[in-house]
Amino acid sequence: MTPLIFDKSVPGRRAVTIPRLSPAELEAPLNLPEGLLAEVLPGLPEVSELDVIRHFTALSQQNFSVDTNFYPLGSCTMKYNPRVCEKIAALDGFAGLHPLLPQLCCGGTLTQGALEALWQTERLLCELTGMSAFTLQPMAGAHGELTGMLLIAAYHRANGEKREKVLIPDSAHGTNPASASIAGFKVVSVATDADGNVDIADFKSKLDRDTAAVMLTCPNTLGIFERSIREIAGLAHDNGTLLYYDGANMNALMGRARPGDLGFDVVHLNVHKTLSTPHGGGGPGAGPVGVTSALAPFLPISTVEKHDDGTYALNYDRPQSIGYIAPFYGNFAVLARALAYMLLLGGDGLRQATDHAVLNANYLRVKLQDDYDIPYNRVCMHEVLLSADRQMKRSGVRALDIAKALIDAGHHPPTVYFPMIVHEALMIEPTETESKETLDAFAADMIRIARLAQSDPEAFKSMPENTAFSRLDETLAARAMKLTASQES
Amino acid sequence: MTFVPHTDKDRAEMLAAIGVGSMDDLFADIPEGLRVKALNMGEGLSEQEVYDRLHEMSHRNAHSLISFLGGGFYDHIIPAAVDSLTSRGEFFTAYTPYQPEVSQGTLQAIFEYQSMICRLTGMDAANASMYDGGTALAEAVMMAVNVTGRDKVVMSAGVNPVYRLMIRSYTNNLGIRLMELPASPDGVIDRAAAAAALDGDTAALIVQNPDYFGTADDFTDLAQKTSGAGVLLIASVYPVSLGLLKRPGDMGADIVTGEGQSLGLPLSFGGPYLGFFAVRQALVRKMPGRIVGDTVDRRGKRCFVLTLQAREQHIRREKATSNICTNEALCALRATVFLSLLGRQGLREMAESCARKAAYAKRRLAQIKGLRVRNRAPTFNEFTIELPVEAGGVVCKLIDRGFAAGFPLGRYYPELGNCLLMALTEKRSKAEIDSFATALEVAL
Repeated sequence: MTPLIFDKSVPGRRAVTIPRLSPAELEAPLNLPEGLLAEVLPGLPEVSELDVIRHFTALSQQNFSVDTNFYPLGSCTMKYNPRVCEKIAALDGFAGLHPLLPQLCCGGTLTQGALEALWQTERLLCELTGMSAFTLQPMAGAHGELTGMLLIAAYHRANGEKREKVLIPDSAHGTNPASASIAGFKVVSVATDADGNVDIADFKSKLDRDTAAVMLTCPNTLGIFERSIREIAGLAHDNGTLLYYDGANMNALMGRARPGDLGFDVVHLNVHKTLSTPHGGGGPGAGPVGVTSALAPFLPISTVEKHDDGTYALNYDRPQSIGYIAPFYGNFAVLARALAYMLLLGGDGLRQATDHAVLNANYLRVKLQDDYDIPYNRVCMHEVLLSADRQMKRSGVRALDIAKALIDAGHHPPTVYFPMIVHEALMIEPTETESKETLDAFAADMIRIARLAQSDPEAFKSMPENTAFSRLDETLAARAMKLTASQES
Repeated sequence: MTFVPHTDKDRAEMLAAIGVGSMDDLFADIPEGLRVKALNMGEGLSEQEVYDRLHEMSHRNAHSLISFLGGGFYDHIIPAAVDSLTSRGEFFTAYTPYQPEVSQGTLQAIFEYQSMICRLTGMDAANASMYDGGTALAEAVMMAVNVTGRDKVVMSAGVNPVYRLMIRSYTNNLGIRLMELPASPDGVIDRAAAAAALDGDTAALIVQNPDYFGTADDFTDLAQKTSGAGVLLIASVYPVSLGLLKRPGDMGADIVTGEGQSLGLPLSFGGPYLGFFAVRQALVRKMPGRIVGDTVDRRGKRCFVLTLQAREQHIRREKATSNICTNEALCALRATVFLSLLGRQGLREMAESCARKAAYAKRRLAQIKGLRVRNRAPTFNEFTIELPVEAGGVVCKLIDRGFAAGFPLGRYYPELGNCLLMALTEKRSKAEIDSFATALEVAL
């Protein structure tokens, strides 16, 4: 491995310096008593700027990324991130803007451009999803889920009802149950039927007066459009139960269907997936939440409004709001990238993105259907779910082994072992920005790997071999629990 | 613009391979009547058109005022190498390091970040990041309630008012009782009131250092009281201050959180920011968020991996310690690069520069007739001044002169309508402070 930055430290070495203080400033007494001061200097490395550049450049080269590799990580929508969006987010008039400016008493005029950017983003997201209002504040998908569940709790409370239960299909993302639980709800799991849809009989038997909401992912994590959506929405609404849309898979539906039209009451989007803002190695993302007009009064403080004279303002006077879920207006620089992306593509371009995402997934499905099990082999949406069950049973080669073999072939592996209801799951989401040539090369490698599983299962044990690191000892990490650099380094 | 590479020939071949006649056939599962005809989102634009449109919007923002705004979010230097390194595609177009063999860059950077946060705060373990300082604090509250099995949380009114509002929203449905210790803008936390508030039902005491009004304090005595009462002490801190001030870990804090924006992140109108979260060893398994640990590969080479995942939502589902998943990895990388560039001497100098400039500004402003500095206790880079008139109006007048004077406290503390919160960083020159003082004198 590259030595830790701490190990490159040499006492007295410096990089960045601080602007010089004037004599008058140097003379100003700090008046900080001994007891308040740190006894030693902070334990940071002492390195040159070139040391820092070389260190982090070397680290970057140990990553697979969309820029360097095909990255078909299921449910994560690893599409290309347009560079102009980066340039826009870095504009001085955005990046240098203090979030407290519009809260100054006459600060309304100081950030009109930024407020307009937020307002336009909201309007476009409303049109994209068919919802009537949005909050842009949630800072990730799971944060959006939590916000949505807080909205649902507030809605029922305002109606004088205390509903405590949330139904979640067993194919849902793990964050759904955690989010519902943190919002104070009891989680009840609903089974999946043989076709990969919600088991309606099980759903009906669990839907009762205590059910506050149903959280659905559509298309679901099996890559399938929920064909009973009309029936589910009808049953839920007749029962006074709200329908929550997990937008992780919205890349399958842009310009083809809108959650609002499908009957959803609350929707979160992952703009770092669908709207192509960079994933950043695990954030920052943004998870805006859209609602029907019935839930709009409960949206977090503050909301952006457009006045008749064409100016924009923040509204803090929201008596029914769930309150503050973020310090300001959301991850603005992420949202500005999403706005730029929507403007670049326009309505037709977004639909084209979805169409080609679905085309690519189905193309891989038919290419791979002879060599892998496809538990729900029908037209899929933007991702296709394979299973390595056949390989596992015949030769003991597991989904994880196939993932490591793909690494040796230069591809980032798909999502493995999810959803949990499918054995040896390999969830492949190619996205629309990948060419037929890339898909052909990937499929050829997948088929070669399937054949290798039959002919030489032992070969997988040492994979990956073409990387700087071989398989890791994850048990040791959990047992040793060494989570920081030791002090001597 | 389009980012779809398919030619007509590709499309035809692929549809034929799938065995469908058209794109529409791929969406046959969507019930008729629920299908979208067209989105009313405008036609796609060229890169230049989109840039021009957003560039124009960015120009309708007053980002070049000489600013003394702080309140937890500060205008610090950002070395050029921070942008240069974090805009490498290998970092920013990767995702969560699920496949460690091809994610060692991200994993090692997070491990270094965790180490730096621990060294800055004096704590034993830190997670890979939270969304921001406020959500980090709210998660700390939920963690303290889970760990102690108690339901009351005591907060100092010197904790950022927006963070206190966020904690209220997050805990609203969880049966947690929140109690606030009265504000003391001119002093430190009232020790007697704090001691009286800690009882057998109390899960946590939340303090902030320096507090919202800018006052710096040593909580060692409070930590002794909390630990004696089985209460967790949560400290929300400003990381730049730790270049100079005593570490919360050395004071005896159990959980330390804070906003990492000052560590190389632009203000960006409110985000993305960076929540940091650190704990004592005994609490590691209850800590929310992702954690990177040290291990070896099969060839015995040292490397890094996401660890202690049994706490997390994808395994524990509704029993998870938190629902946090995607966090702020690239922001944590920015902080790591920033702290590497500053180094131990640089961070000390930066902290001292902030404090000296604040001391100079305090002294200069105190010469203005009718103005007084409210903080009687020591301050770091921020302080509260009381004006003879309502502060909001004065701020307005000064905007016309090119200054963002500070944040009028009346918004969150109605009794402090004449008070203004002012922050200094290494970026404010003496000339700017002097000309501001003159302008303020005129405005009064």
